[in-house]
Amino acid sequence: MQGNSVLNIALVGNPNTGKTSLFNQLTGLNQKVGNYPGITVDKKQGKCKISEHLTAEIIDLPGTYSINPTTLDETIVLETLLDDSNSSFPDLVIVVAEVENLKRNLFLFSQIKDLKFPSILVINMSDQMARKGITIDIDALKKELKSEIILISARKNLGIDALKREIENYENWNTEPIANISEKIDSVFFETIKTTFPEFSLYKSWLLITQQKNCNFLSSKLHHKITEFNKDNEKVGKYQHKETIYRYQIINEILKKTYSVDKNEATDLRSRLDRILTHKTYGYIIFFGILMLIFQSIFEWASLPMDLIDSLFASLSELAKTNLPKGTFTNLIAEGVIPGIGGIVIFIPQIAILFLFIATLEETGYMSRVVFLMDKIMRKFGMSGKSIIPLISGTACAIPAIMASRNISDWKERLITILVIPFTTCSARLPVYAILIALIIPDERIFGIFNLQGLTLMGLYLLGFTAAISSAVLLHNVLKIKTKSLFVIEMPNYKLPSFKNVFYEVVEKTRAFIFGAGKIILALSIILWFLASNGSDKFKKADEIVSKQESANNLPDEVLNKKIASYRLEHSYIGNMGKVIEPVIKPMGYDWKIGIALISSFAAREVFIGALATIYNVESEGENVTTIKERMAAEVDPVTGEKRFNFATGMSLLLFYAFAMQCIGTLAIVKRETKSWKWPILQLTGMGALAYIVSVITFSILS
Amino acid sequence: MGDTIASLLIGEIGIIQDFCLDAIPLNLLEMGCLPGKEVRLLQIAPLKDPLYIKVNGSHLAIRIETAKQINITKLL
Repeated sequence: MQGNSVLNIALVGNPNTGKTSLFNQLTGLNQKVGNYPGITVDKKQGKCKISEHLTAEIIDLPGTYSINPTTLDETIVLETLLDDSNSSFPDLVIVVAEVENLKRNLFLFSQIKDLKFPSILVINMSDQMARKGITIDIDALKKELKSEIILISARKNLGIDALKREIENYENWNTEPIANISEKIDSVFFETIKTTFPEFSLYKSWLLITQQKNCNFLSSKLHHKITEFNKDNEKVGKYQHKETIYRYQIINEILKKTYSVDKNEATDLRSRLDRILTHKTYGYIIFFGILMLIFQSIFEWASLPMDLIDSLFASLSELAKTNLPKGTFTNLIAEGVIPGIGGIVIFIPQIAILFLFIATLEETGYMSRVVFLMDKIMRKFGMSGKSIIPLISGTACAIPAIMASRNISDWKERLITILVIPFTTCSARLPVYAILIALIIPDERIFGIFNLQGLTLMGLYLLGFTAAISSAVLLHNVLKIKTKSLFVIEMPNYKLPSFKNVFYEVVEKTRAFIFGAGKIILALSIILWFLASNGSDKFKKADEIVSKQESANNLPDEVLNKKIASYRLEHSYIGNMGKVIEPVIKPMGYDWKIGIALISSFAAREVFIGALATIYNVESEGENVTTIKERMAAEVDPVTGEKRFNFATGMSLLLFYAFAMQCIGTLAIVKRETKSWKWPILQLTGMGALAYIVSVITFSILS
Repeated sequence: MGDTIASLLIGEIGIIQDFCLDAIPLNLLEMGCLPGKEVRLLQIAPLKDPLYIKVNGSHLAIRIETAKQINITKLL
């Protein structure tokens, strides 16, 4: 490419071919995750230096078996390859294949070739050919496919330089198509396509016709033209199947001449592992063992870094307060921004650990076995085996979990999965649970082993899971959506996880959380701080009013200041809001201060603790800063003189947080993924009503 | 006649005869499950569904309702 020396390269391939490994080798840490316009599918991009003068922008497209999409992720591949007005429309395509499944990989390759892209076939895991008894006649295959072929081993970094050298020469690649679909299927029909859409290559027109509903980029004129064309042609579906069969015929012919496997060399490890991992008893024992290990680690390993982060941000706040000049700006930093950022950072350890496990299990090929084991069970609840991964991810954060549901091809199963995910106990509920449990459940052991607090926490997890399952059953029976089962899942070969791939995945997921959910949390902390430190007339004159009221009592300064501060809070904007909802939340056992925290946490649950901290902090201005837990324990109901966070109120709060849908981020993502406000509103109201009723009942029984 | 992938026993092999195109997802074909191809039942999930098969070099799991739509001839 002259003049413009940035090349757009698309990386395409079946899942489990090591496409991501190649992407990581080519781009290193030089990658970023963006969004495709209009949808939330992650767009993985990275820069790569091909030669002295040539840099490439590489896009790692989602893994797919064909250009005809069955899931949302796969639609991206279709759109990227067909929409030539897109800024990331590729100048050339790298198709990643793998030695063992070359036949199936070539299916996708033949489609790409027929779109007339300059394309190169990269055969990965070539270092394992000898061990697997595979021989490929590369020169003959190059001739048959009319393409360049490079053997690589992405894990071992072999062949990458050869690939780059070949890419430099991409303008000379042969762009002839491989399959001539028109002749073999219905030459008359395809001839009319050619004359109707002379501006496109035949295969592109064919894809536009068959995949019209998945092509969102079409101009209304073209859209109309295709609709017109499709009106009098009912053969399209049948011809798609014929095309598939025809492609495989060609590929089989080619591979017969160029590819051979010595079956005796094939190893038996896969079938032996399969027999154990999908066994009717051991299979489940191993799976639940792994689940236990994951949850255990989330709590055990994450607690130390979380404590460190907590105290780090507390001392940062102190530092800012003492060192910066007094004023509104300092208060904003010390009471709004720093605790706000702290509230995001504190979740990083748990999210990173969870995705460390999930990425590792996916890398090894084990996750497909879990899907296989759990599919039948999950279908009883209206979901799919593929719902397991989103539901597990939901214990870290519902946002990536809902995004992980994209590979469920059945719409009803996917919708139910999305709707029930927010019931699983996400890490944002943890700080709320942790502090409330510490306040109301004694730190004792029963039978000498089980810690009562730990048991309560486990109970809440089980409760969340039960709620998810029961609402799934309910939705399964209520939702009348007819769908055809498209469930097909590949069972990939087992392999050792690559540290590099796992590492990048963890970094990427954590980054997505920080910038997705994090922004909201930070913004809310600042708004909350503002609402708590501003107010109407009574707020501004708090000094005078309280001093006048108490002038007869001759109080010491310290007590007087405290009275002023709490008067001020009561008449701040947020205090007014709390007062307004007090009658509604009274039956649950809450006062207006808890109400404030409740309002704030409707945006994100974890803000609850931060909000209480802010409220009590504002109130206790000038005092020595005590921990939030001590402060909550000391809070007293002014009417009864009882502790505010007693057993009844505490339990009612715990259950409210278990059931209520309090997360703007999740609602936004559900809206985007379901393309409708109907479902997030259903979640918000349904879960809210359930939470309210349960809390009211709990409080009235316990108090 | 009458045999489908669902009537295979573990370890048994059949040749795919035909199937009703409307009942079979296109992506199953694209993954190599085509008429004339050999299919081998490798495992059945603990609750009798899904089935784990090897067809045309691909290792796949499909649900029993899909398997019932694919007619085969058993090989002895």
